[in-house]
Amino acid sequence: MKILVMCGNGLGSSFMMEINVKKALKELGKVADVDHTDLASATSREADIYIATEDIMANFNKEGVKKVALKNIMDLTELKEKLSQHL
Amino acid sequence: MILDVIMKDVLGSPAILIGLFALIGLVIQKKDISDIISGTLKTVMGFVILGAGAGVIVKSLAVFGSMFDFAFGISGVIPNNEAIVAVAQKTLGKETALIMLFGMIVNIIIARYSKFKYIFLTGHHTLFMACLISAILSVSGMTGVSLIVFGSMVLGTLMVLSPAMLQKYTKEITGSDDLALGHFGSFGYFLSAKIGEVIGNKEHSTETINVPKKLGFLRDTSVSISLTMTLLYFIVALFAGKEFIETEISGGSNYLVFSFIQAIEFAAGVYIVLAGVRMLIAEIVPAFKGIADKVVPNAKPALDCPAIFPFAPNAVIIGFLSSFVAGLISIFILPAMSLAVIVPGLIPHFFTGAAAGVYGNATGGRKGAIVGAFVNGIAISFLPALLLPSLSAIGFSGSTFGDADFGVVGLVLSNAGNTSLTILYGVIILFTALPFILSIGKKKVVAEV
Repeated sequence: MKILVMCGNGLGSSFMMEINVKKALKELGKVADVDHTDLASATSREADIYIATEDIMANFNKEGVKKVALKNIMDLTELKEKLSQHL
Repeated sequence: MILDVIMKDVLGSPAILIGLFALIGLVIQKKDISDIISGTLKTVMGFVILGAGAGVIVKSLAVFGSMFDFAFGISGVIPNNEAIVAVAQKTLGKETALIMLFGMIVNIIIARYSKFKYIFLTGHHTLFMACLISAILSVSGMTGVSLIVFGSMVLGTLMVLSPAMLQKYTKEITGSDDLALGHFGSFGYFLSAKIGEVIGNKEHSTETINVPKKLGFLRDTSVSISLTMTLLYFIVALFAGKEFIETEISGGSNYLVFSFIQAIEFAAGVYIVLAGVRMLIAEIVPAFKGIADKVVPNAKPALDCPAIFPFAPNAVIIGFLSSFVAGLISIFILPAMSLAVIVPGLIPHFFTGAAAGVYGNATGGRKGAIVGAFVNGIAISFLPALLLPSLSAIGFSGSTFGDADFGVVGLVLSNAGNTSLTILYGVIILFTALPFILSIGKKKVVAEV
């Protein structure tokens, strides 16, 4: 399984979220390949689940994929709750 | 012989040097052999990609520069951190890499032994600041070990004090104390929050008004850079005229089509550099975080500025617009003060304007968001213009650093360095001692209570 985390620049926020996603997966006992990138590149990259903050996700137009939109990028509880629905 | 190869060719090429950091980081974290190999190679490759992107940006900037010159008779500068850092890697790559590494270590030491527990995790800003510091200190006459040592002290201290300065307001925005802001636009955000406190009322929050969400697409860096650059190139091309461009620059191809392609080339260059930076910091930041978490109890992560955007989405849009308007107005004021024209870019105005808007809103509501972000826009137009002479001394021209802190830090260091090297050393030592001095004061108060 592949998870792609996105933000505007693909540098700061998405990277921090990636670290958190890895932590969440470990706590949930799941294994996945996690990477981060910018919004423009994300459209052309295949993944099973796409994760971003709500404002970024509103501009991500890929259809037919699983999406997780977060309010607080550092909130591990929110992330685990929303992510586990798709695992 | 072998020592010579190690000193000059191995440690002397920044790509290998930074690859070594990644390698050490991965080994310390006890990763698998396969992770160590791929992580190290990707880090080296990130650095090489960074340089390749720089070539593209520089080519496009040169065209813009000559068109701007011909059109207005003055030089116009586009602030872009990626561009200038990528260019600087050719001359100051080794110094930048070493200051970045040791700056992170200084950050951990200060966080461990002072009351400021911030760990600055915005890796690309650490890299940009390391580059600025190495440039300014080397112009002031520092070289070799002292350049690295003092440069790292400045960087590490900034990595702690910049989030610390904002924490009172960051807490207000996020409603918790577990997260800090790690972004070198902090001077502008601090100003904005202060101004909001004085003139505004936080009860009149931006979040109670209806703002169209349409501008959200500007969060996509590739789109916003392409868009601004196309507009800028078109405006300048119209002023420079069809004849000049088609005979002197474009080699006969239509001046508007040519300008459009140049604009997209610039955006493509930034895209390449960003891809390089992404690979470059991908192994280093988790290693840094991993070590910091072990060494510093209660470490607080300081994150990139979009981390606070979801807490006040209206302030983000209002702040961006207000900051950009300030940038446009500055175009007319700067030449009147015989400073270079700083062409407002959407990227710095979007990210730092938005963050300034969020901070201004937290203390002063709508008024705070508008006026605070406006002042930020003025700051990121004037500071880069003032910084330009210090940077051109080492051959950076056509671009400069965008965000506020680079201007403030660059100006303070270069003014101290211009006075004398002894004063510069003094300033740096005092600055590094600051978090410890502030900690002592606080502890005593706590003890008395």
